[in-house]
Amino acid sequence: MNVTDILFVLFMAGGLFFFTTATIGLLRFPDFFSRLHATGKGDTLAVFLSLVGLGIYEGFSLTSLKIIFIAVFMFLAQPTATHAISRAGFRSGLKPWLKEEKKS
Amino acid sequence: MNEYLLSIGMGLCVLVFLILYRVVFGPGVFNRMVALSAIGTKTLIILLIIGFLYNRVDMFVDISMVYALLNLIGTLAASKYLETQGENY
Repeated sequence: MNVTDILFVLFMAGGLFFFTTATIGLLRFPDFFSRLHATGKGDTLAVFLSLVGLGIYEGFSLTSLKIIFIAVFMFLAQPTATHAISRAGFRSGLKPWLKEEKKS
Repeated sequence: MNEYLLSIGMGLCVLVFLILYRVVFGPGVFNRMVALSAIGTKTLIILLIIGFLYNRVDMFVDISMVYALLNLIGTLAASKYLETQGENY
Protein backbone atom coordinates (compact mmCIF):
# COMPACT_ATOMS: atom_id res chain seq x y z
CA MET A 1 0.00 0.00 0.00
CA ASN A 2 2.23 2.80 -1.18
CA VAL A 3 1.29 6.44 -1.13
CA THR A 4 -0.51 6.52 -4.47
CA ASP A 5 -2.86 3.69 -3.43
CA ILE A 6 -3.73 5.44 -0.17
CA LEU A 7 -4.34 8.73 -2.00
CA PHE A 8 -6.45 6.88 -4.57
CA VAL A 9 -8.59 5.26 -1.89
CA LEU A 10 -9.12 8.56 -0.08
CA PHE A 11 -10.04 10.51 -3.22
CA MET A 12 -12.51 7.89 -4.44
CA ALA A 13 -14.11 7.59 -0.98
CA GLY A 14 -14.47 11.38 -0.86
CA GLY A 15 -15.98 11.37 -4.33
CA LEU A 16 -18.50 8.71 -3.39
CA PHE A 17 -19.38 10.58 -0.19
CA PHE A 18 -20.14 13.81 -2.04
CA PHE A 19 -22.09 11.92 -4.69
CA THR A 20 -24.25 10.49 -1.88
CA THR A 21 -24.86 13.85 -0.28
CA ALA A 22 -25.76 15.37 -3.66
CA THR A 23 -28.23 12.54 -4.31
CA ILE A 24 -29.82 12.93 -0.88
CA GLY A 25 -30.07 16.66 -1.54
CA LEU A 26 -31.66 16.00 -4.91
CA LEU A 27 -34.30 13.72 -3.42
CA ARG A 28 -35.20 15.52 -0.21
CA PHE A 29 -35.03 19.23 -0.97
CA PRO A 30 -38.45 20.92 -1.30
CA ASP A 31 -37.96 22.99 -4.45
CA PHE A 32 -36.41 22.96 -7.92
CA PHE A 33 -33.82 25.64 -7.10
CA SER A 34 -32.67 24.03 -3.85
CA ARG A 35 -32.31 20.68 -5.66
CA LEU A 36 -30.26 22.40 -8.32
CA HIS A 37 -28.21 23.98 -5.55
CA ALA A 38 -27.37 20.58 -4.10
CA THR A 39 -26.54 18.71 -7.30
CA GLY A 40 -24.75 21.57 -8.99
CA LYS A 41 -22.17 21.90 -6.25
CA GLY A 42 -22.14 18.37 -4.86
CA ASP A 43 -21.68 16.65 -8.20
CA THR A 44 -18.99 19.08 -9.36
CA LEU A 45 -16.82 18.40 -6.33
CA ALA A 46 -17.53 14.67 -6.41
CA VAL A 47 -16.60 14.36 -10.09
CA PHE A 48 -13.44 16.36 -9.49
CA LEU A 49 -12.35 14.19 -6.55
CA SER A 50 -13.12 10.94 -8.35
CA LEU A 51 -11.34 11.97 -11.53
CA VAL A 52 -8.26 13.18 -9.66
CA GLY A 53 -8.29 9.87 -7.76
CA LEU A 54 -8.44 7.89 -11.01
CA GLY A 55 -5.72 10.07 -12.50
CA ILE A 56 -3.45 9.33 -9.53
CA TYR A 57 -4.20 5.62 -9.84
CA GLU A 58 -3.27 5.75 -13.52
CA GLY A 59 0.16 7.17 -12.72
CA PHE A 60 2.01 9.65 -14.90
CA SER A 61 1.02 9.09 -18.56
CA LEU A 62 -0.93 10.63 -21.43
CA THR A 63 -4.07 8.89 -20.23
CA SER A 64 -3.88 10.47 -16.79
CA LEU A 65 -3.35 13.81 -18.51
CA LYS A 66 -6.65 13.23 -20.37
CA ILE A 67 -8.35 12.30 -17.10
CA ILE A 68 -7.13 15.52 -15.49
CA PHE A 69 -8.39 17.38 -18.57
CA ILE A 70 -11.84 15.86 -18.08
CA ALA A 71 -11.70 16.87 -14.40
CA VAL A 72 -10.87 20.49 -15.26
CA PHE A 73 -13.48 20.51 -18.03
CA MET A 74 -16.21 19.15 -15.74
CA PHE A 75 -15.18 21.72 -13.12
CA LEU A 76 -15.99 24.43 -15.69
CA ALA A 77 -18.88 22.73 -17.50
CA GLN A 78 -21.07 21.69 -14.55
CA PRO A 79 -21.62 25.23 -13.20
CA THR A 80 -22.40 26.40 -16.75
CA ALA A 81 -25.05 23.72 -17.13
CA THR A 82 -26.44 24.49 -13.68
CA HIS A 83 -26.69 28.17 -14.55
CA ALA A 84 -28.40 27.38 -17.85
CA ILE A 85 -30.97 25.13 -16.20
CA SER A 86 -31.72 27.55 -13.37
CA ARG A 87 -32.14 30.49 -15.79
CA ALA A 88 -34.42 28.41 -17.99
CA GLY A 89 -36.46 27.37 -14.97
CA PHE A 90 -36.71 30.91 -13.62
CA ARG A 91 -37.59 32.43 -16.98
CA SER A 92 -40.25 29.84 -17.65
CA GLY A 93 -42.14 30.94 -14.59
CA LEU A 94 -40.91 28.73 -11.73
CA LYS A 95 -41.02 30.73 -8.52
CA PRO A 96 -38.62 29.88 -5.63
CA TRP A 97 -40.28 28.02 -2.73
CA LEU A 98 -41.28 30.22 0.19
CA LYS A 99 -41.54 29.05 3.80
CA GLU A 100 -45.33 28.83 4.12
CA GLU A 101 -45.96 27.26 0.73
CA LYS A 102 -46.51 23.55 0.07
CA LYS A 103 -43.49 21.53 -1.10
CA SER A 104 -43.34 21.45 -4.92
CA MET B 1 -7.62 -2.86 -5.83
CA ASN B 2 -10.03 -4.00 -8.51
CA GLU B 3 -12.54 -5.00 -5.84
CA TYR B 4 -12.37 -1.49 -4.41
CA LEU B 5 -13.05 0.02 -7.85
CA LEU B 6 -15.92 -2.42 -8.35
CA SER B 7 -17.48 -1.47 -5.02
CA ILE B 8 -17.27 2.25 -5.90
CA GLY B 9 -18.96 1.46 -9.21
CA MET B 10 -21.69 -0.52 -7.43
CA GLY B 11 -22.27 2.37 -5.04
CA LEU B 12 -22.64 4.76 -7.97
CA CYS B 13 -25.14 2.42 -9.64
CA VAL B 14 -27.23 2.39 -6.44
CA LEU B 15 -27.17 6.20 -6.44
CA VAL B 16 -28.30 6.26 -10.08
CA PHE B 17 -31.30 4.10 -9.18
CA LEU B 18 -32.14 6.48 -6.34
CA ILE B 19 -32.04 9.42 -8.75
CA LEU B 20 -34.38 7.56 -11.11
CA TYR B 21 -37.12 8.26 -8.57
CA ARG B 22 -36.68 11.99 -9.22
CA VAL B 23 -36.61 11.40 -12.99
CA VAL B 24 -39.93 9.53 -12.92
CA PHE B 25 -41.83 11.48 -10.26
CA GLY B 26 -40.19 14.89 -10.61
CA PRO B 27 -43.02 17.45 -10.48
CA GLY B 28 -41.94 19.20 -13.67
CA VAL B 29 -39.65 18.91 -16.65
CA PHE B 30 -36.99 21.00 -14.91
CA ASN B 31 -36.62 18.62 -11.96
CA ARG B 32 -36.22 15.82 -14.45
CA MET B 33 -33.47 17.74 -16.23
CA VAL B 34 -31.59 18.27 -12.97
CA ALA B 35 -31.82 14.54 -12.27
CA LEU B 36 -30.65 13.66 -15.79
CA SER B 37 -27.58 15.88 -15.57
CA ALA B 38 -26.80 14.27 -12.19
CA ILE B 39 -27.09 10.81 -13.76
CA GLY B 40 -24.81 11.99 -16.59
CA THR B 41 -21.96 12.87 -14.24
CA LYS B 42 -22.31 9.54 -12.42
CA THR B 43 -22.26 7.61 -15.67
CA LEU B 44 -19.02 9.37 -16.55
CA ILE B 45 -17.33 7.96 -13.46
CA ILE B 46 -18.85 4.49 -13.97
CA LEU B 47 -17.49 4.50 -17.55
CA LEU B 48 -14.00 5.25 -16.33
CA ILE B 49 -14.21 2.56 -13.64
CA ILE B 50 -15.24 0.02 -16.28
CA GLY B 51 -12.24 1.13 -18.31
CA PHE B 52 -9.95 0.47 -15.36
CA LEU B 53 -11.53 -2.93 -14.69
CA TYR B 54 -11.03 -4.01 -18.33
CA ASN B 55 -7.46 -2.61 -18.38
CA ARG B 56 -8.30 -0.61 -21.54
CA VAL B 57 -8.10 2.78 -19.94
CA ASP B 58 -6.95 4.74 -23.00
CA MET B 59 -10.05 3.69 -24.97
CA PHE B 60 -12.50 4.40 -22.17
CA VAL B 61 -10.93 7.76 -21.33
CA ASP B 62 -11.73 8.96 -24.85
CA ILE B 63 -15.28 7.63 -24.56
CA SER B 64 -15.84 9.37 -21.24
CA MET B 65 -14.32 12.60 -22.56
CA VAL B 66 -16.84 12.62 -25.41
CA TYR B 67 -19.60 11.72 -22.97
CA ALA B 68 -18.76 14.67 -20.71
CA LEU B 69 -18.81 17.06 -23.68
CA LEU B 70 -22.12 15.70 -24.98
CA ASN B 71 -23.66 15.81 -21.51
CA LEU B 72 -22.89 19.52 -21.29
CA ILE B 73 -24.13 20.29 -24.81
CA GLY B 74 -27.32 18.26 -24.27
CA THR B 75 -28.10 20.08 -21.06
CA LEU B 76 -27.47 23.50 -22.61
CA ALA B 77 -29.60 22.73 -25.67
CA ALA B 78 -32.48 21.32 -23.62
CA SER B 79 -32.47 24.26 -21.22
CA LYS B 80 -32.37 26.75 -24.12
CA TYR B 81 -35.41 25.03 -25.63
CA LEU B 82 -37.30 24.76 -22.35
CA GLU B 83 -36.72 28.41 -21.56
CA THR B 84 -39.57 29.42 -23.85
CA GLN B 85 -41.45 26.12 -24.25
CA GLY B 86 -41.46 25.07 -20.60
CA GLU B 87 -44.76 23.95 -19.08
CA ASN B 88 -45.26 27.01 -16.86
CA TYR B 89 -44.72 29.44 -19.72
